Amino acid sequence: MSVLIWGIVVIDLLLVGGLALRAQLVGRGGVRWLREHVVIVAALLAFEYMLLPNVVVILFSFNKPNGRFNYTWNRFSLDAWLHPCNAAGMCDSLGLSLRIGLAATVAATILGTLIAFALGRHRFRGRSATNLLIFMPMATPEVVMGSSLLTLFLNLRIPLGQTAILIAHIMFCLSFVVVTVKARIAGMDPRLEQAAADLYANETQTFLRITLPLVAPGIAAGALLAFSLSFDDYIITNFNATTQSITFPMYIWGAAQRGTPVQINVIGTLMFLVALAAVVIGQSVGTRRKA
Amino acid sequence: MTVTDQSPLAPVSAGTAVADRPARRRLTPYVLLLPGVAWLAIFFVVPMLFLASQSLQQGTLETGYSLTWHVATYADALSTFSSQFLRSFMYAGIATVLALLIGYPLAYTIAFKVGRWKNLLLVLVIAPFFTSFLIRTLAWQTILSGQGPVVAFFQKSGLMALLRAVHLVNSDQLLSTPFAVIMGLTYNFLPFMTLPLYASLERIDLRLLEAGSDLYAKPFTAFRKVTWPLSLPGVVAGTLLTFIPAAGDYINSKLLGNPNTTMIGQVIDGQFLRVLDYPTAAALSFSLMVTIVVLVVVYVRRAGTEELV
Amino acid sequence: MAGHEGDLRLSGLTKRFGSFTAVDNLDLVIPEGSFFALLGPSGCGKTTTLRMVAGLEEPTAGTISIGTEDITDTKPYRRPVNTVFQNYALFPHLDIWENVAFGLRRRAVPDLKTKVGEALELVELAHLAKRRPSQLSGGQQQRVALARAIVNRPMVLLLDEPLGALDLKLRRQMQIELKRIQTEVGLTFVHVTHDQEEAMTMADTIAVMNDGRIEQLGGPTDLYESPVSTFVANFLGQSNLVRARVTSRAADVLDVEVEGHSLTLPAARCVTTSEDIWFGVRPEKLSVSPVAADCSSNLAAARGLRGVITDTSFIGISTQYVVRLPSGQDLMAVRQNDGAGILRPGETVDLTWEPRFAFGLDASQDAHAGSQVEDGDPVGAGARG
Repeated sequence: MSVLIWGIVVIDLLLVGGLALRAQLVGRGGVRWLREHVVIVAALLAFEYMLLPNVVVILFSFNKPNGRFNYTWNRFSLDAWLHPCNAAGMCDSLGLSLRIGLAATVAATILGTLIAFALGRHRFRGRSATNLLIFMPMATPEVVMGSSLLTLFLNLRIPLGQTAILIAHIMFCLSFVVVTVKARIAGMDPRLEQAAADLYANETQTFLRITLPLVAPGIAAGALLAFSLSFDDYIITNFNATTQSITFPMYIWGAAQRGTPVQINVIGTLMFLVALAAVVIGQSVGTRRKA
Repeated sequence: MTVTDQSPLAPVSAGTAVADRPARRRLTPYVLLLPGVAWLAIFFVVPMLFLASQSLQQGTLETGYSLTWHVATYADALSTFSSQFLRSFMYAGIATVLALLIGYPLAYTIAFKVGRWKNLLLVLVIAPFFTSFLIRTLAWQTILSGQGPVVAFFQKSGLMALLRAVHLVNSDQLLSTPFAVIMGLTYNFLPFMTLPLYASLERIDLRLLEAGSDLYAKPFTAFRKVTWPLSLPGVVAGTLLTFIPAAGDYINSKLLGNPNTTMIGQVIDGQFLRVLDYPTAAALSFSLMVTIVVLVVVYVRRAGTEELV
Repeated sequence: MAGHEGDLRLSGLTKRFGSFTAVDNLDLVIPEGSFFALLGPSGCGKTTTLRMVAGLEEPTAGTISIGTEDITDTKPYRRPVNTVFQNYALFPHLDIWENVAFGLRRRAVPDLKTKVGEALELVELAHLAKRRPSQLSGGQQQRVALARAIVNRPMVLLLDEPLGALDLKLRRQMQIELKRIQTEVGLTFVHVTHDQEEAMTMADTIAVMNDGRIEQLGGPTDLYESPVSTFVANFLGQSNLVRARVTSRAADVLDVEVEGHSLTLPAARCVTTSEDIWFGVRPEKLSVSPVAADCSSNLAAARGLRGVITDTSFIGISTQYVVRLPSGQDLMAVRQNDGAGILRPGETVDLTWEPRFAFGLDASQDAHAGSQVEDGDPVGAGARG
């Protein structure tokens, strides 16, 4: 652990020192360079603050801890990687989170995209009321949303558990999908759709061949956002779950009390790599399309 | 050419005005809106009403609840848990300010100082989210643990004494302290602050800054008079997106704090799921909601921006 | 000469946006196969008219028909009309070839590949068929937009200020190209523009629009030499307008008094029968001759006006003179630099012209209407009511 911290400090000093030195050599004065670039140094430190936990997670997935908790470094081991599902209940919770995440994503994306199109391409009365309704869930603390849903389910005698969780997830993911897709629609020139109509495409053909392909990246981004929100949610899920429906975040919470298996870090690392790969692929596809 | 009788200014045909065509009604937007809006109405708005109603009821689980408009529940709940309430807003407020102080230079750098690397750095800003945030918060337990170098550094450099003086830590540990909770909150919501700030800064036309310096403004003055005001929409959005979830958060407080750092979210959770005192829990939850709405409205009005969605 | 099956006919066409009338009771017949221009300043309603013909805007009242077929209620994708948009509106996610083929594909036209190839050849872009729009220059994009519309051989091709975004040289080039293509392919072109030079260069017939109405309709020469309103007189080129009074009216000629001078005006070239008129002559029609030393020129006989030069601008191909009349009004004269020498400010000169070039307009109209220069306009400086 100290190795990590010292490593970071050394790299920082090298980076900043090297750039300052280069400025000195070019004739622009090393110290003055530092003063002018204090913003960049601050940004660098901020990045480290943000990414340090991720690095720690990845590192400690290779740990073999001494006790039930994975907080101090003991020795290097690949055990957790070789037996990722050894931790009792973890893989089940992971599966549940993935299933709910997928279902919630599909539903929220469809509903949200429909709303985004209504807001982005049509004039109608009740516009500002709709905007407010979409904004509210994003501005409400999760505690309030989770507890109010619990109240609803209790009063209507709807059983808690997977279905309740799914309903809740669709609810709070919707707004984010709307905002993301709406932004993309707003950026799309409406004259393209007019040009398509001018060129003999009826409404369906225009939508399928022009609108959808151009809005698709926004829909994909919205879906991705919905999935990560759903997968990562603890508070709202906790309010509406039962002992039979443990999602991955709930599992981790329990582990924080009982004992944190190293496998949690393995999953955390895998998530990081998969997401990173997805972003990199997305970027290169995007740049290739333009070329 | 005769210019008199072909004048297009002559009337079309004496007396007949062309009738207006009937306007067509469009149903499409309403059809598109219906499913999503209905979902939100049923599963967001209605629950709020239930919450409000529950807070005014009395009874127990065994005997059932009845709506008695028992407003005293609010008074009781708020006085019992006033310290947690205030603490939540205080921690959220500090975390928001810290996030702004840290996130602004970050956003500024990405917007103005890195050229081609913009996209890569933006990815790095959201990269933390690639791992579940519970796992990351647990990682802070590792980083701040008693045996780690961070604690040692704080102890040796005298920062620990400084933190003790402001009551952010109690002894020689960094974990289970208000310091750790606030740090965790700031960490968790930093990207929510940075991205809107970046979006706002990125839109600023650099030529405005050039005009500023052309008119004799020194760099810091240019920032104060040109950049900062223009970035205000981003500041407003970022602070809202940070403060609101932070006020209701209790994960950081539970994992990184101690019983004295309990936040209101924890209380609500406990009241609902363990104590099973639904009216009190609902009252607290609803109060949290109303307080935040009021604060947001006041804040947005004063800051002067209205584009929220 | 083509028959009239494909004439575009607008009857009583009106478009209102709330209380604002953009197009006011328009009546127009655009003959099949002609190159027709809708000319006017921004906001005159020409683009709105175009969009109604395309079907992208619903008329508030009136009808549109091609030949005998009423298309007022037809959806845009069922009309035999195609548009070249102002910003080209090329589909960014399709390559050039697919852009051009789009309309043909929707109609499942046979022999697609040949047709697309021909269209690309026509605009000389066959070698860029696989590129995306973002990889092309403005001029190239404009040509793609044209090919994409033309390939469908519509009955009417609408062009919405297609050359606006191009630089001057490219614009001139494209004007010639468009005219050539129209003649070659034989479609009806309706070209909307605010550039009067462009309209006069390219069109067979021009309709000058102002405030939702057509001010005058005719060929370029007719409109230029025989304007029927101050707007047209000022919008196309420049005009000198002076207050005049009709002193006697014969069958074919009017005697007119201008600033104490007696002038004549062919009766056919005066649009109004009232006594007060605007007497108009274009700057290039004025002969500027220095007054002889003895001051007693043949001015009376020559039926001209006398004034003093207040400004001389040498423009290379021509010289512009601003001549101030005794009343204080400034007239503008333009003389080609054919070597006859340049006159200096301060010189007294006689302005003469052939009577057949003068025109008479309704004095109640604004003398500034249609003039596109705000301050310092010689027409405006003295032509006060």
